[in-house]
Amino acid sequence: MAENSLTRPIAIVGAGMSKFGAFPDKAGRDLFVEAFREMSSSIDKGFDPAEIDAIYVGNFSSDLFEGQAHNAPIVADAVGLVPRSATRVEDACASGGVALRQGVLAIASGLADMVLVGGFERMTALPTAQVTDTLAAAGDTLFEIPAGFTFPAFYAAMASAYMHKYGMKPEHLMHVALKNHANGALNPKAQFGVTIPDWMQSRIEAAKKKNKPVPTWQHEWDFLHDDSANPMVAWPLRLFDCSPITDGAACVLLVAGDRTKEFTDNPIALIGSGQASGMPLHDRADLTSIGAAKIAAQQAYQMAGVTAKDICIAEVHDCFTIAEVIASEDLGFFEAGTGYGMAEDGVTARDGEKPINTSGGLKAKGHPVGASGVAQVIEVWKQMRGEAGGRQVKQDVPLALTHNVGGTGQTCAVHVFERK
Amino acid sequence: MANETRPFTANAFNQYLGEHKLMGTRCAKCGGLHLPPRAICPQCHSDQMEWIELSGKGKLAAFSAVSIGPSTLQAEGYDRNNPYCAGIVELDEGVRISARVLGVDAKQPANIAIGTPLTIEFIERGEGEQKKTVLAFKASE
Repeated sequence: MAENSLTRPIAIVGAGMSKFGAFPDKAGRDLFVEAFREMSSSIDKGFDPAEIDAIYVGNFSSDLFEGQAHNAPIVADAVGLVPRSATRVEDACASGGVALRQGVLAIASGLADMVLVGGFERMTALPTAQVTDTLAAAGDTLFEIPAGFTFPAFYAAMASAYMHKYGMKPEHLMHVALKNHANGALNPKAQFGVTIPDWMQSRIEAAKKKNKPVPTWQHEWDFLHDDSANPMVAWPLRLFDCSPITDGAACVLLVAGDRTKEFTDNPIALIGSGQASGMPLHDRADLTSIGAAKIAAQQAYQMAGVTAKDICIAEVHDCFTIAEVIASEDLGFFEAGTGYGMAEDGVTARDGEKPINTSGGLKAKGHPVGASGVAQVIEVWKQMRGEAGGRQVKQDVPLALTHNVGGTGQTCAVHVFERK
Repeated sequence: MANETRPFTANAFNQYLGEHKLMGTRCAKCGGLHLPPRAICPQCHSDQMEWIELSGKGKLAAFSAVSIGPSTLQAEGYDRNNPYCAGIVELDEGVRISARVLGVDAKQPANIAIGTPLTIEFIERGEGEQKKTVLAFKASE
């Protein structure tokens, strides 16, 4: 096996994203331009875009969502970067994280000194039923989908196995949603910039205004247990256990370490990168864990020379609430079978010992699938530089991690970052 | 099954399913059993495979009662008021596969037990050229 180390240091000197949400007037490329503009203005000492050597773009399915295939040269053109090499990376919801790894490989190989890594997805133009079918195509369409599995159903099945093995209740998952929405409320880029209690209150106010029957919820738990407010999607997962359908884009700029000082005095180094593949869910020995995530994490920790304990904050792939619980165990933050209580106990809260998904996560910030793995990097970049505004964590953040999963865990990319 | 010479493809698996046979593959080199079938063994990387018929008996390993299904199942009349159960079934031979789960009350999912014994069922859809057999398992009486 090859040595698991980077031959050149790599730094991230710029990071930016579009607003996440539903934008009927914007194409995917327009969102990418928005992200690129913010990334450009985030570089402390400025940069010359003409120096970009290569572009990697994470995108799951603009083919089906927008009727647009071959999108990498299109977005490269939209930000004025033709004729540089532009490559689309598709690994379902891990497309962004894997695009980042491709950027790392390009610089580590010596073929590039400056790489633009981005991701985008423009999902809301399709009706929900077609979005469900499109996302299902990230599963095994020959052997899983005919059984009636949808993406919520896959993660629901993992939750059923987890509940059976460890005694978790659906309410434990609701704590993950409450936490991530509380974080999302402090993120101006989030699709759902509102806490669940405030969401409930606004529904009550709206009913009063329209002279409709006023809901009798006294507490957010009444709201979360109400089948009309929080309907079942795939038992045990309800609507508020699921990340939304989102339009959005994100960009980061990677440079070879020896050039970092030209762009910033406050760089964030990418010191660990791991990626692994996995089999369909039914073929895995353990249904309560994602093996690819464990392997990718081991690779990234080993390359970085750190352990799970050293990581201060993490953005993990919470496409569903159960996915955050499983991620927190696969990454080694908590013992298997104990992660489900950490949101309830406040350990993973913004002011907890191990803050997870301070951005609001995929759950509240939104999940434009190809962009999510890159948007995770933006959050840790901001937190490490002390630029996360109202959601800035109290503790110093010298080390952070991102964890991006594709499908039910057939792909996972993990990256570790260090403030230099 | 030594004289079974169909290619190790999903299409052949579905043909067998149409004949009401649940077929996996076995690695002739290391004996590894594979369901869904594989052409190449992930354990020893051999491509010496043979088809093998499975018992069709097993138990429920994981499941969901799905309220919002894919368009194909919505077309069959499944919705919020009429959810269906999708599951992962562990066969007596130790291998697992995704399948529709019948004979359980998908409206009361909290009462569906992991470990429930299951027996194979074949759901027939469509007619003539469009005829398709969907793999299912039913809670044993």
